[in-house]
Amino acid sequence: MTAPALTQRGVADRGTAQVATRQGWRRDLTGWAFAAPFVILFGVFLALPILVSFVLSFTSFGLRDLANPIGASFVGVDNYARLLSDDKFWKSLFNTIYFVVVGVPLTLGIGLLIASALSRGITRFRTAYRVGYYLPVITSIVAIAVIWRFLLNPDIGLINVVLKQVGINGPDWLASKTLAMPSIIAMAVWRNLGFAMVVFIAGLQAIPAMLYEAASIDGAGRWAAFRYVTLPMLRPTILFMLVITTIGYLQLFEEPFVMTGGGPLDATLSVTMYMYQQGFTFFHQGYASAIAYVLFVIVAVIAFLQFRFLREDA
Amino acid sequence: MTALQAPVRGRALAGGDGDARSSAMRRWWIYALLTIGLLLMVGPFLWMLLGSLKPQAEFLVSTPTFLPKNPTTNNFERLFGNLDFPRFFFNSSVVAVAVTLGNILFCPMLGYALAKLQWRGKRLIMGLVLATLMVPAGITLIPNFVLMRNLGLVNTYPGLILPFLVGPFGVFLTRQFMYGIPDELLEAARIDGANEWRIFWRIVLPITAPVLATLGILTFLGSWNSFLYPLVMAQEPQMYTLPVALATFATGQYQADHGMLMAGSVVLVVPVLVIFILFQRWITEGIATTGLKG
Repeated sequence: MTAPALTQRGVADRGTAQVATRQGWRRDLTGWAFAAPFVILFGVFLALPILVSFVLSFTSFGLRDLANPIGASFVGVDNYARLLSDDKFWKSLFNTIYFVVVGVPLTLGIGLLIASALSRGITRFRTAYRVGYYLPVITSIVAIAVIWRFLLNPDIGLINVVLKQVGINGPDWLASKTLAMPSIIAMAVWRNLGFAMVVFIAGLQAIPAMLYEAASIDGAGRWAAFRYVTLPMLRPTILFMLVITTIGYLQLFEEPFVMTGGGPLDATLSVTMYMYQQGFTFFHQGYASAIAYVLFVIVAVIAFLQFRFLREDA
Repeated sequence: MTALQAPVRGRALAGGDGDARSSAMRRWWIYALLTIGLLLMVGPFLWMLLGSLKPQAEFLVSTPTFLPKNPTTNNFERLFGNLDFPRFFFNSSVVAVAVTLGNILFCPMLGYALAKLQWRGKRLIMGLVLATLMVPAGITLIPNFVLMRNLGLVNTYPGLILPFLVGPFGVFLTRQFMYGIPDELLEAARIDGANEWRIFWRIVLPITAPVLATLGILTFLGSWNSFLYPLVMAQEPQMYTLPVALATFATGQYQADHGMLMAGSVVLVVPVLVIFILFQRWITEGIATTGLKG
């Protein structure tokens, strides 16, 4: 009696286990089948290139290697060593950081100001304002750069024409070493503040009105309510916007490409633009890959630090 | 006690009255500032539109007017006649439509697998999706160029389209939404014998339609406006997309031809403005949703 019972149970157990594994395999297969388009495209056009970029940055890959990529010769860390002593690279890195450090706080600050005004300051025409402020976000940066270059034209641009009416002789904005980058920053802030605004409006709407009532009962004024209710409650949204905007701004390219060509005297040359010049104007693609990789590491480190710090002191 | 309280209440009332007046004043100030801001946002677009209608002569005078004195369509005629703008417009449309179709199919597929299916490797893929959001475009540019060169896909539509057929943003957006679909609904279909693909196609996709509309519009706009990648991958003029064509002319032989450059900007910007104004709710709300959950 005991022996057959045991055997039977054993068989049954093995049976369920087999069915379970078979189902497990089927589930895994289904999951991967749904993931397949992403995994394949991601693998070929993103993961592989990130690895290849790393390898390329240790070669002297150039125009003649295009037809036979395997034949490119390794040069060790030469490209990176060259970067360290390349004044033009340091200049482009400085310019990019200048753009980020000034541009990001301005974009987020003005975006938050407009978002607060739209969600608490007024009651009518909210949609019209929101659409208007968002307009530049969805338009091509190339078109915007072309339009702004014309706006900033020293002789017939709208800005200097208006300045002339009030008796001011406007400068040649984009040809000035000191004014070219601030002009580009102004344009970037103008273009991107709408995105910050939309995200902040959503963040503000998620803050329970109760908290503001409680604050006002406690005698908090407008500023105190902003400082002790709005800012802490908005922290995750601010963090998200900070990371996204910083990553975006670190990749500055179109604006100087169209408006200044990186000039005057490299005053607006960005890292991505320098990479493009090295890679596709001079076809030093090994060297350009090293530049791209440095930018990649900077982006990763900054994103990591921002997540880390802002999360910890929350 | 009463004597003490009365003046306090009196002051409170007076204060309240003053508050009402000052808050009305304050509101007017906010309207005024927001309107000035709005003019600054819309102004450059008006400047573009008016500039595109000015004949070349009006750009040469010392003090140009805001409105064109003799409006002309000559800039557009030159754009479409002498330069190959119909072709660039067509290229941009083909690429943007293909990329959009890819995204509204492939993104929800993975979104569904991540939100509703249990499988080994799911967490790894989710991590990859999030990591992809942080990768700068520049890093993949050179290897992709080398790859496309060797596949013979530089200066072809597949070369411009393939890498963008699925993106992390869409995966993330659809996954967030699909979490909200009740499991009972899917379970019921499973009991009725439907396989996962059928459940996805017949039940999940229709429910996800509003999010797919948002994703579709945003993807279309992103592709329509993209520049660095097509600049590298479309080297022959007949494969230029609109932004590549405009940037090439603006930095090349036409850089002082303001009227034509403004007309080119109009061609690039106006379709987008029309789409945006028609669908603005989908766009801003879609961004707000992912923004919050990011």
